[in-house]
Amino acid sequence: MIEKTNKKVVEENKNIKIVHDATCTFCGCVCDDMELHVDVDEKRIIKSKNACVLGRAWFAEHTIENAPAAMIDGKEVTIEEAIEEAAQTLVNAKFPITYGLSDTTSEAQRQAVAITDYIKGNIDTTTSVCHGPSGLAFQGVGESTSTLGEVKNRADLVIYWGGNPAESHPRHFGRYAVTPKGMFTPNGKKDRTVVLVDVRKTKSAGVADILITPKPGKDFEVLWALRALVKGVKLSSDIEKETGVPLEILTDLAKRMKECRFGVLFFGMGLTMTRGRHFNSGALLALATDLNEYTHFVAKPVRGHGNVTGADNVVAWQTGYPFGVNFSRGYPRFNPGEFTTVDTLSNGDADAALIVASDPGSNFPKKAIEHLKNIPVITLDTKTTDTTKLSHVAFKTSTYGINTSGTVYRMDDVSITLRPAFESPFPDDEKILKSIKKRVHELILKNSHSGGASGEAKVAAAVNPL
Amino acid sequence: MSNKMMLIPGRSSKQGTSLNQGKLKEEYQTVTSTLEMNKDDMEKMGLVDGDKVKLSNEIGETIVSCLGKKPEDLSEGMLFIPYGPPSSQLMASDTAGSGMPLSKHMMVEVEKVKN
Ligand code: SF4
Repeated sequence: MIEKTNKKVVEENKNIKIVHDATCTFCGCVCDDMELHVDVDEKRIIKSKNACVLGRAWFAEHTIENAPAAMIDGKEVTIEEAIEEAAQTLVNAKFPITYGLSDTTSEAQRQAVAITDYIKGNIDTTTSVCHGPSGLAFQGVGESTSTLGEVKNRADLVIYWGGNPAESHPRHFGRYAVTPKGMFTPNGKKDRTVVLVDVRKTKSAGVADILITPKPGKDFEVLWALRALVKGVKLSSDIEKETGVPLEILTDLAKRMKECRFGVLFFGMGLTMTRGRHFNSGALLALATDLNEYTHFVAKPVRGHGNVTGADNVVAWQTGYPFGVNFSRGYPRFNPGEFTTVDTLSNGDADAALIVASDPGSNFPKKAIEHLKNIPVITLDTKTTDTTKLSHVAFKTSTYGINTSGTVYRMDDVSITLRPAFESPFPDDEKILKSIKKRVHELILKNSHSGGASGEAKVAAAVNPL
Repeated sequence: MSNKMMLIPGRSSKQGTSLNQGKLKEEYQTVTSTLEMNKDDMEKMGLVDGDKVKLSNEIGETIVSCLGKKPEDLSEGMLFIPYGPPSSQLMASDTAGSGMPLSKHMMVEVEKVKN
């Protein structure tokens, strides 16, 4: 494989490097079959073969911007000065929070956990505002799971619930679940029945053999009705009044679910972001579990950002919990609703924030954004965003998968190594976070020796570096 | 006359491609402030494509442009908007102990903005 990369060819008088088997990290599909054509002189990707419309934009738009690598209060500074200020800010805070992490490598995520541990802070990832409720449901109900490879090779009934992959994960259909030919699905789409359950008719409806449109906010009731039907419980036709779905359709779907060879329920934020949240995800996971009495059935959340799954994995293997973790007592505690970032900001708890590769300043609720504006914020991002604009310390970093190697986790928890296309003058997230970690550690030890109260409180964490 | 409708923020292809150009660029701002609305509802409110409407609830308000959708694609009383700063203006911060604010199915008042 290695010899195929770094091949240089001359194309239209341009110095072009072709990178084979590169990975797109724009969405959780993490397609690792990209062929990137890189204009070496201009440092830009001019062609991304195999990418979907979103992937093409991802590769084309991540060029080298002419901007400072580090700023404090909007003024250019050296990276060293910014690291010093970031470390001081975090060490001096009483309730520092770390947030984001879904668009960076697992190596960088690991450094962020270590920093938060040292400063006895609070760490949370964008999971809390996407599939956090599913994370709670996994803990309560369990997960009947598989890789996307198994889905491709085996699934003959594919159900998408509360999501629109045609627009959010365009290659999910073609690469993993609908059209690809697999070992036991040699005819691709012809060997599969595809069901789409959503409150509105989206562009994904085009692939569906069966389209079910429940009333908004009635997913839980539909899932519970299906559980009953799968178990042979008779239901009244009144179910249609409640859910908007006729009993015959539900009965037919329950029958198909029991009779398929390998079924999969892919679920999206139509379940987690609506009334019921973790109860909705839990009902779907419970349905998948029930179905294993009759056949093989799995359930998979469709994950958004390129390494949000890595964030769950890294935070879980370092703290024992996937998101919403607090170290203020010197050991990790998990409490969604208290230690999740919308809450730590909206409740006014956080007094400093380290935000990595995320833009809560644009997409969080108003009250949380208002608080973010009132505390010192440190950001690491590849682009200028509303959050970098309100930052006290802002680092511009290189793009993972394009300029930086490392590890990411696909939405099915399969880890993939990135092959960068060209170098960036900006450092990567891991490098910046490692430097902040080193300085934070020094400051905590120094404070403890000089008897500083916060130093004493934080020294216990500092003797156990991750 | 009250025009309470259900707003569903979500992802769209255009939101995804424009996000890569940069969230502060014009295209992203335009995409995330374009509201899809049932054509019949628009007609009832005397709206045509491109007209501005104010969306408000107990949390906040935002002004967006509307774009008609066929009733079979978007039911009466339902609105869709790509995620972005305008939809955040209407999102409550209470997570009910879950960490997740209710980010879809928000009831909003829709009013035509006079030019
Ligand atoms: S489906 Fe996702 S990972 Fe694959 S090319 Fe498209 S944006 Fe990239």
